[in-house]
Amino acid sequence: MTEIERSSRNNLEGIGGWLNPSRYGWERISYWFQRLTGVFLLIYFIGHVYETSTIVNGQNAWESFLELTQTGWGHLFLIMVIGASTFHSANGIRLIFTHVGIGLGTPGRPDYPYSPASLNYRQKSGIWIALILAAAAMFYGFNVLFGV
Amino acid sequence: MASRTILKESQIMKIHYITGIAAIFVVALHIMMRLVVPFEQSLEYDYIIANYKNIVYVLILEAILVLISVHGFNGIRIILLELRQSRAWENMVTVVTISAMIGLIAYGTRTIILANGL
Amino acid sequence: MIMSNTAENKNEKKIRLKVYRENRGQDSGSHYDTFEVPYKKWTTVLDALLYVKSYMDPSVAIRYSCRMASCGSCGMKINGIPKLACYTKISELETSTIECEPLPNFPIIRDLVTDFSRFFDHHKSMHPYIEAKESSVDDTRKGTFSFYQSPEDVDKYLQFSYCIKCGLCYSACPTVGTDVNFPGPQALAQQYRYFADTRDESAKRLDIVDDRHGIWRCHFAGSCSKVCPKGVDPALGIQLLKSYMLGISKNDKVPAKKIEVESIDNRYNSSAKTE
Ligand code: HEM
Ligand code: SF4
Ligand code: FES
Repeated sequence: MTEIERSSRNNLEGIGGWLNPSRYGWERISYWFQRLTGVFLLIYFIGHVYETSTIVNGQNAWESFLELTQTGWGHLFLIMVIGASTFHSANGIRLIFTHVGIGLGTPGRPDYPYSPASLNYRQKSGIWIALILAAAAMFYGFNVLFGV
Repeated sequence: MASRTILKESQIMKIHYITGIAAIFVVALHIMMRLVVPFEQSLEYDYIIANYKNIVYVLILEAILVLISVHGFNGIRIILLELRQSRAWENMVTVVTISAMIGLIAYGTRTIILANGL
Repeated sequence: MIMSNTAENKNEKKIRLKVYRENRGQDSGSHYDTFEVPYKKWTTVLDALLYVKSYMDPSVAIRYSCRMASCGSCGMKINGIPKLACYTKISELETSTIECEPLPNFPIIRDLVTDFSRFFDHHKSMHPYIEAKESSVDDTRKGTFSFYQSPEDVDKYLQFSYCIKCGLCYSACPTVGTDVNFPGPQALAQQYRYFADTRDESAKRLDIVDDRHGIWRCHFAGSCSKVCPKGVDPALGIQLLKSYMLGISKNDKVPAKKIEVESIDNRYNSSAKTE
């Protein structure tokens, strides 16, 4: 195992490379969002398991904890969770397809100007669909939680 | 480079994909069981306690707990492994993510068992 | 400065070249130098840098050889994106200042010259050569047989063999940016290139990359394929290899037939006789 000295001389892009998704097209944005939503959902999930555990302490404990979350901000947070889980699930399905080589095309004889088969619209549209579904789910969540 | 591991990375990733797909279904069931009643009622204490006594509901909850804990903490493991590399760090990441996974499953299961007995 | 010895046309278009300067040998830190360079429609960034070296500042360090996107030495970050300097025309960048920086994820040696050792080590760890069970290096030297491959067999790997090891993909990959043990898109795509080759019989290829820092640290961010100047599409090769590892694609590779040919010695002798 190589343990590399992490100096600036090493010139690694580091986390900055993860956090700057704008330079390399939709797939890089998808990568970044999948990661962000994954971590966010895990944080929510841990919180949710903790939140629901108050039920074992009886009705009062449950209701007082519920009050903490049934606020404007709490609902806004829930809407984020709805959006994140919709995007992560839909894009997750897309990623599973791509990771098993489905929808990426086949190798061929590349010619100038090269356009890589794997960055095709079939696979890319999955990202857009995931984003649209997430927006729709958030809209629905907004209507339920903030009522119109 | 290769260190002693129980599962090959490809096997872990198979688990990651399967738990991800399965989570979609159980979470959908979980949400649908809540949507059949008005949102406010779905949060009422008595309603929820009743749910915890319904064996199907309990099984779904336990499935969600296991599937998402495994998937989510493996996801964190992946991110942390990519973040820095050294034997000490990697051993720490493995131990911490597996313990957290087991810890969360145990804590959630405790809620389910206790609420079932209420 | 010798700048005056170029007869300058008043209408000549000029571009500002902002060049990263650092000398690893001398701990003197880094800075940018800016040069104004005349250019034509066809001037490449490499041409402009060579102009700087010839007429303005010979100490600017760059690495290049072929000037035609074949050798893979002139990779650098141009306006924030890894590109080959010899393959990037100033006119197509459409900016008034062009920023040239060393390739990210490669240690800097001097100015725009980076150290490729780790990158090549990862490439070598993939066994980037045909491994056949009953053949040895001697066989090809003796020239007693050749492999038969149909055009379809060749198409399976040809595209990946176009790789010139320029490192642009390695530089664009977000995982490489933090994980130095990850082989990177170039090496992993080469693993697929040999895996898909009907002449190769190695049974170890999938195991080599099935590691904690191996192929699964690729998340299909696609940046490698986006920047590759040769249309290699490393992301495609990597995902196809994963497909075999997950058992979705079945490895039904039919080993290439060996066709006996006259040995070189015989050929030499027979041609000598006819003379
Ligand atoms: C419900 C369906 C889900 C599916 C289909 C799914 C699928 C995926 C996929 C395909 C990846 C990418 C792995 C890779 O690129 O190598 C991933 C990553 C991840 N997921 Fe999920 N997931 C789901 C739900 C969840 C949930 C509920 C959580 C939160 C607990 C979660 C947390 C994570 C994390 C933390 C990652 C790591 C991010 C990364 O590797 O970049 N996922 N998921
Ligand atoms: S795959 Fe493309 S970008 Fe990567 S080293 Fe080879 S030629 Fe360069
Ligand atoms: S000089 Fe050879 S690739 Fe640019």
